[in-house]
Amino acid sequence: MSDLVAAASGFLDHYNQYITIFLMVSGLYIVIARGNMVKKLVGLSLFQSSVYLLYISAGKVHGGTAPIIDPGFTVYSHPLPHVLILTAIVVGIATLALGLALVVRINEAYGSIEEDEIFERDRDDK
Amino acid sequence: MRNLFAVAVLSSIYSFMMASVVLVLDAPDVALTEAAVGAGVGTVLIVGALYLTKTDESPPIHGMFLPLVVAAGTAAALLFGVSDTPPFGDPSNPVTALGPDYIARSIPETGIPNVVSSVLASYRGFDTLGETVVIFTAGIAVLMLLKRSPARRRGDGDKGG
Repeated sequence: MSDLVAAASGFLDHYNQYITIFLMVSGLYIVIARGNMVKKLVGLSLFQSSVYLLYISAGKVHGGTAPIIDPGFTVYSHPLPHVLILTAIVVGIATLALGLALVVRINEAYGSIEEDEIFERDRDDK
Repeated sequence: MRNLFAVAVLSSIYSFMMASVVLVLDAPDVALTEAAVGAGVGTVLIVGALYLTKTDESPPIHGMFLPLVVAAGTAAALLFGVSDTPPFGDPSNPVTALGPDYIARSIPETGIPNVVSSVLASYRGFDTLGETVVIFTAGIAVLMLLKRSPARRRGDGDKGG
């Protein structure tokens, strides 16, 4: 019985990582399974946001507060992951903008944003 | 869901909820950025791209078996690795070991009470410069991709493309 309780608490101690894994795998699935390129990019940003969650939850300390120094508090969460993820969010939006610009160009050249229709046209051209 | 405008709205809502989660995890700076950039600018970009392309998705023609296998395999590998990681929120977690050091040195060394700002602008200033270079490059690439198109469209018009 105590083994079971220990296993359950070991499971619950990492619940942030299970949420991260779920989000990451659903993003990966969308990127592979969907033929529509806008949906692929939305899946990619889902994947990226799971990485944000992984970093921010790793820096969290129980009973801590936001890392803004105030005499009323002594325990703060780790500020470094916050800085790294601030950079990652901005780089993520830059990649999203570039991907969407490529989608617009592909739509002008092929008249479609569906992956299989584009492959079809490439095969016909050969 | 075949209408892509619904996808844009849902991804905006998702970004906003992710911002709320991050706020609860003690990162107000990240929450502000995620709400402004992820839920705001990202949605504007997706809606703009939909305006320039198509708003409906055609039904998928290939099966979902292979993507599911890849996703399940990745999930299994990641779940296998979870047991070695430190528990959530544990103060003795090696990830957070250097946190108090940053907190203690921020005011004496930089005079900024917000430690995230002092790390971003002072200790990791070159990182932030690199980030700016990335945005600059992406902006130039987007301009090059979209500016070329009117001339190309006129040229392709003869061939019926």
